[in-house]
Amino acid sequence: MSRTVAARADDLFQIIGPYFLIGLLLITWEMTARAKLIDPFLLPVFTDVLWRIANDLISGELARGVFFTMARTLISFAIASVVGIAIGVGISRIRFLKWFMDPIVFIGLPMPKIALLPVFMIWFGLFDSSKIAMTAFSASFQIIVTVWMGADSVQKELIWSARSLGAKPHLIPLEIIIPATLPRILTALQIALPICLIVELVTEFVMGGTGLGAIMLQASRNADSLGVFAGIFEIGLLGILLIRTLEIVRRRLLVWHQEESKPE
Amino acid sequence: MLVRYLPILILATIWEGATRFWAVPDYLLPSLSSIFGAFIELAADDLWFHLSRSISRGGIALGSAIVIGITLGVLMAQIRSVRILFKPFVQLFYPMPKSALIPIAIVWFGLGDVSKVVLIFIGSLLPIVVSSYNSARGVDEVLVWSARGLGANNREVLWEIILPAALPEILAGVRVALAISFILMVSAELIIGNDGIGFVISSLGETGYYQGMWVGIIVISAVGFFADRLYVLGMRRILVWQESGA
Repeated sequence: MSRTVAARADDLFQIIGPYFLIGLLLITWEMTARAKLIDPFLLPVFTDVLWRIANDLISGELARGVFFTMARTLISFAIASVVGIAIGVGISRIRFLKWFMDPIVFIGLPMPKIALLPVFMIWFGLFDSSKIAMTAFSASFQIIVTVWMGADSVQKELIWSARSLGAKPHLIPLEIIIPATLPRILTALQIALPICLIVELVTEFVMGGTGLGAIMLQASRNADSLGVFAGIFEIGLLGILLIRTLEIVRRRLLVWHQEESKPE
Repeated sequence: MLVRYLPILILATIWEGATRFWAVPDYLLPSLSSIFGAFIELAADDLWFHLSRSISRGGIALGSAIVIGITLGVLMAQIRSVRILFKPFVQLFYPMPKSALIPIAIVWFGLGDVSKVVLIFIGSLLPIVVSSYNSARGVDEVLVWSARGLGANNREVLWEIILPAALPEILAGVRVALAISFILMVSAELIIGNDGIGFVISSLGETGYYQGMWVGIIVISAVGFFADRLYVLGMRRILVWQESGA
């Protein structure tokens, strides 16, 4: 009898367990904030934050913020991807480029590129172009290095057989190297996307303007802590959405690859 | 060595030559030699103070993230109830851009050290938890079974089998966290500055002392670079017994 009770308790734990900590946290938050145990400026009531998000949604402010942040993040991400993949594949194919870029990438990869933000503000102004340039620059090194390593590890036999089958030399990167490196390229993109999001937000916090980060900055200047908390939730959701989408894209693109047949 | 770094030397020469030849205004790009002059000046002033502030904040935050992150990640992999309780939490927070927490950190912890340390801690914690969890979960079952068959108890399995087998991936996760900690450190100091290298960069840039701003940028870049190099060297030392190396 006691055995079945234990088994049932375990079943219950498996169902409730995953929501337990988050639920506990939210309930504690709601109660302490309602009881005004903590200054409402520091911790607004959780359900009020939800209402605020709903309001932002209805008024269209949320859509506007999401649009600008997402547009700049994705444009920077696209620029960093194209430039990064081109340079990465180029380094592995062209000896001069390898000699020239090797020390630059070696030094540039670990440095905190965000330190150049004031310089980008001077060079590109205070609007979209400097935010996009800063974000794309920050993310591109990671892509270059990962794609380079991946392209270097493409089996020579693949390239040789393509050649002997009559492939034109200038088509080899596009037809052989990039498809063979695709898993590594996608890994690089999966590292680069979160970097794009982090940096995009920092540029909005520093420069203001439009977007979710800029709206949050404005809210924090107005001591509108509901707005700040709503902003965190909105940005968090956007981050989860973008990163999950990229995971799905990876699975779709790699259906043919052996990686897919591996169990999770 | 020299041939390898020749491209850097070439770029530096172009930088110096172009700024002098076309008399590029300082705000666009000061010449390298004038930046070096500013470096001498700032080094005699409070540059090292700001640098030590930045490094100590980053070090405390990253150090505690490493200890707590590896513990939590391995516990999640080993103990089912811990996994069930914490996994959704990690899944929810991992993809969140941690810089979004900067405004909240200011409200809760003020403009001082605490808000920056907490921010860097949270930002670098999650990559470590995730890599420790994945690697400890991914340890070859055969290894664990053979150890148990030879009479190893739970503690021995953890310390002698799982941790060594998971170590390469854990260390790779810590390297990612190291890079993130530098990004968040500089970002936080740019936004909430009263000391640190990020503050040097933003405050000197605002007052128009562009050579000084570039000193800050180059110094923190150099520190980021050497921290990563040092880490990789240490990692290779630790993983020397591995067949494939780091």
